[in-house]
Amino acid sequence: MDVLSHLADGFAVALTWQNLGLALIGCLLGTVIGALPGLGPSNGVAILIPLAFTLGLPATPALILLTSVYYGAMYGGRISSILLCIPGDEPALMTTLDGYPMTKKGQAGEALALSGIASFVGAFFATWGLVFLAPQLVGIALLFGPAEYFALFTLAFATLGGVAARNQAKAAIAAALGLGIAMIGVDHQTGVPRLTFGDIHLYDGINFLIAIVGLFAISEVFLFLEHRNETRPEGSEVKLGRITAPLSMLKQTSGSMARGTIVGFLAGVLPGAGASLGSFIAYTIEKRLKNKSDTFGKGDPRGVAAPEAGNNAAAGGALVPMLALGVPGSGTTAVLLAMLMALNITPGPLLFTQRPDVVWGLIAALFIGNIMLLLLNVPMVGLFVRVLQVPSKYLMPAVAMISFVGIYGISGSTYDLLVMIVFGVLGYVLRKLDVPLVPVILGILLGNEMEKNLRRALTISDGDLQILWGSPLAITIWALVLIGLAAPFILGRYVRPKKDASVAP
Amino acid sequence: MSDRMLGVACVVLAAFYIFFATRIQIGFMSDPMGPRAFPILIGIVLALAGLYPILRPDPEPDWPDLSRMLEIVFAVAVMIAYTYALPEIGFTVSTTIAAGLLSWRLGAHPIKAGVAGLVIAVGIFVIFRLILKLSLAIGPWGF
Repeated sequence: MDVLSHLADGFAVALTWQNLGLALIGCLLGTVIGALPGLGPSNGVAILIPLAFTLGLPATPALILLTSVYYGAMYGGRISSILLCIPGDEPALMTTLDGYPMTKKGQAGEALALSGIASFVGAFFATWGLVFLAPQLVGIALLFGPAEYFALFTLAFATLGGVAARNQAKAAIAAALGLGIAMIGVDHQTGVPRLTFGDIHLYDGINFLIAIVGLFAISEVFLFLEHRNETRPEGSEVKLGRITAPLSMLKQTSGSMARGTIVGFLAGVLPGAGASLGSFIAYTIEKRLKNKSDTFGKGDPRGVAAPEAGNNAAAGGALVPMLALGVPGSGTTAVLLAMLMALNITPGPLLFTQRPDVVWGLIAALFIGNIMLLLLNVPMVGLFVRVLQVPSKYLMPAVAMISFVGIYGISGSTYDLLVMIVFGVLGYVLRKLDVPLVPVILGILLGNEMEKNLRRALTISDGDLQILWGSPLAITIWALVLIGLAAPFILGRYVRPKKDASVAP
Repeated sequence: MSDRMLGVACVVLAAFYIFFATRIQIGFMSDPMGPRAFPILIGIVLALAGLYPILRPDPEPDWPDLSRMLEIVFAVAVMIAYTYALPEIGFTVSTTIAAGLLSWRLGAHPIKAGVAGLVIAVGIFVIFRLILKLSLAIGPWGF
């Protein structure tokens, strides 16, 4: 098997002491970040990218560190959901429904252990899915020309909010803002400055890392300032008891985990769904199928296992389109795309042939990270619970200062820090107005690629617009764009999770 | 009302954007599409998308009252001052002050906030400068 020998090479790359150490640090940091209310995988990875970048780590170790953080945050999000009924991130929202009632019944330890195992099952099998599915997608992706890529980027924007999108116009505003920011700077093809107003700082364009850290991390500080004397989470009284799940409970929930994994993985692979929808659909299906004696919502272990397997499987599934096509399907993968671009790696079909060490090293790192997370999470959950009790009045200043350090490290320029503050204010206003931030980020990241492909296509056809829908593949993608735009109006009300404003994006 | 203002802001911004996009210079060598077309397209999308919240605004968001709003303005001012202070008085001193002020405004007791600021500043300095060798702003005293 070709795939398996690649994977073996990947393990050879990943299994060095340095990389194992980085994976361990990443897993620990990620779990803490995921567990802290107000910091989710997107914010966490966003703050750490500039740091990994300025540390001068080579591509593969940096990727291993940051993807461990990403997976760790997915694990960590469940801790505060189960113990405090505060989801650490959006995908963990569904875990509160049955996890918190289990805590109230005195089964906190069982719930934590069970959710850790369910997370492992979901992520582990999703990574296998990634191993086999991504190379297949690469085969298709090699048929793509510039016109098809332009259509594909449009598809990424059209479906980013997913079928659960609330307001398509606001998502379009966000995308246009992001794309508009990406246009600033010297035009790559003709060399003329665009929209720089003669300011020399803007000739290089606006660094997407500065925008991401400002929009995600600094705006979070402003949101916390709205409420004085944040009430301290009361996790200290929870008696954890034994942190193991009895075999009978594992047996009872094994079907739920399997279904959650499959549903979550599919939701992750399809554009425009992502981890939130993965956990939501996994829970909903489980409830439809198994809620015979009306135990869901009252502390049913299956209601913990299904969404946790679903959300971690979706996190793995979302990596498939990101790595194979270079088009992220969710907010967190958009941040991961930023990370790859900061390391000067362009995801897409060529990545698999040109830098197999990066791809397969990364996939091997995901397996290693998963096993580490399972081993860390079951015995050390007590430690993570203690971290939850750091009050936000001390945590948020630290988050802000680390953001400043990271951005300052990139360029050492005061100007960049000011731009970051501007993005922080912008992010705060947009979040209050319910304008999603992820399309802004995606616009900044993909804007130049998108324009480049459009212009390349029109150069090939010498200005004839028909090339844009000139192949069956392009027509298929445009049809998907239309479906993606229309789906929220038709299906939205069936699959929309309830909104919770206190959740990190 | 907020949504209507958002929409109006988008339309105005789009108008400026398109205006400046039409004034981008075009060199004598260019591809068929040129550097102007895509920014203009983005401006049109922004303007059209901005019309929707003007016509059908969402319910008013939950804005904080004036005193909390001033807190946010104060925090922005602290951050801007911090940015300018960094090269002047060095990383540790300016971070202690900025983190302390933020922590105080987030509800910590002033003395505790000061201690928190110092701990954050020294902690970051030790981890990122001494252990990880990251470049931080070095003031006149070298820390």
